[in-house]
Amino acid sequence: MSEANASATRITPGNALRPEDIALEVRTGLVKPSEDVAEYALRLGDDALILAQRLGHWISRAPELEEDIALGNIALDQLGHARSFLTYAGAGMLNEDGTAKSEDDLAYFRREHEFRSVQLFEQPNGDFAETIARQFVVSYYQYELYRRLTESTDATLAAIAAKAVKEVDYHRDHSTQWVLRLAGGTEESRTRMIHGLRTMWPYVNELFQDDELTQRLAEAGAAVAPSSLKEDFDRLVAGVLTEAELEVPDVPAAPGGGRQGRHSEHLGYILAEMQVLAREHPGASW
Amino acid sequence: MSPHGNPETPASGAVEINREAPKASPALEQSAQPEHHDRGAWGLWEVFVRSSRGLSHVHAGSLHAPDAAMALRNARDLYTRRNEGVSIWVVPADAIAASDPDSKGSFFESPQGKDYRHATYYTKSEGVKHL
Repeated sequence: MSEANASATRITPGNALRPEDIALEVRTGLVKPSEDVAEYALRLGDDALILAQRLGHWISRAPELEEDIALGNIALDQLGHARSFLTYAGAGMLNEDGTAKSEDDLAYFRREHEFRSVQLFEQPNGDFAETIARQFVVSYYQYELYRRLTESTDATLAAIAAKAVKEVDYHRDHSTQWVLRLAGGTEESRTRMIHGLRTMWPYVNELFQDDELTQRLAEAGAAVAPSSLKEDFDRLVAGVLTEAELEVPDVPAAPGGGRQGRHSEHLGYILAEMQVLAREHPGASW
Repeated sequence: MSPHGNPETPASGAVEINREAPKASPALEQSAQPEHHDRGAWGLWEVFVRSSRGLSHVHAGSLHAPDAAMALRNARDLYTRRNEGVSIWVVPADAIAASDPDSKGSFFESPQGKDYRHATYYTKSEGVKHL
């Protein structure tokens, strides 16, 4: 699409919105998030970015070639969501030279305490069952979140969510199928599935914590209050676990704090691997 | 469907069991399909995809999956990544009966010289319209 044809906004829920479309509208001044909305978009973008990086590690390491591609697809979907959210977030944040921050500025040139992702997303892949457990929780959380965010009064957030929710619906199905199969497979697979769920469950609580930012935005109708997702999440997740003859793990919640930049020891290693090339060769492209 | 171990460390010896199992005889070993040695319960499925142009389902390729539901999902990931399809069929590969490539002659060449099986063989009578 040339810039000349771009006078009409592409940011509508019916459109398959690309990060480039958002970047273009940011440059031409058609969209600019408020400070609050930019911070909110940063949170959702960081979640998706860190998960994409985690899932990408499975490529060439999954149990089967077919599963390798499935996890790679999910990783790429998440990366797409991250790019859109971060592009939009960056439009509300300035570099030292006064230009808006790009998705790359945000992904590659922030430090650990500046990331706003919740701690579940940075948890190690572990074995296949742990990855499935993490994906299972994430997918049901993201689905409920994006489904509601399509109604946001902020048109860009609504459009990103409208594209993402269809993809996350498939992630939900993928992880559900695997929870059922691992739980109903062999004694070994069942043991690992139970272990995976117990490993990830301490980080579930953090997903549903409201704070001042989400309260302000939710009142304005721009964002979704995290606490409002919990009822549907609990019901749907419990439904799958019951079908799998598993129990919702009864484990104490981790302290959380990812939205304020407090992370588990794992995030630093993820960032080191993700950022090293961009920092070594700033502005490089191919 | 055996869950493998931590991706950062090699999988345990569990998947190697088939390979190490003693073979009954060299003849049997030869007749066994090599790809089934490691793959345990994951069978081979043939995938048919119908494109959005409203044509019939066309064979797209094959894949491994533990069951039909997962085969459909794997097919979605492998063969419809670039908007190729609106409908997918998956069929267990061993449910397909195939013609023998070696009997191609007797199977497919006998119609040669039987031009009367084509409508073009017949001359059109004069004055016939709308043919």
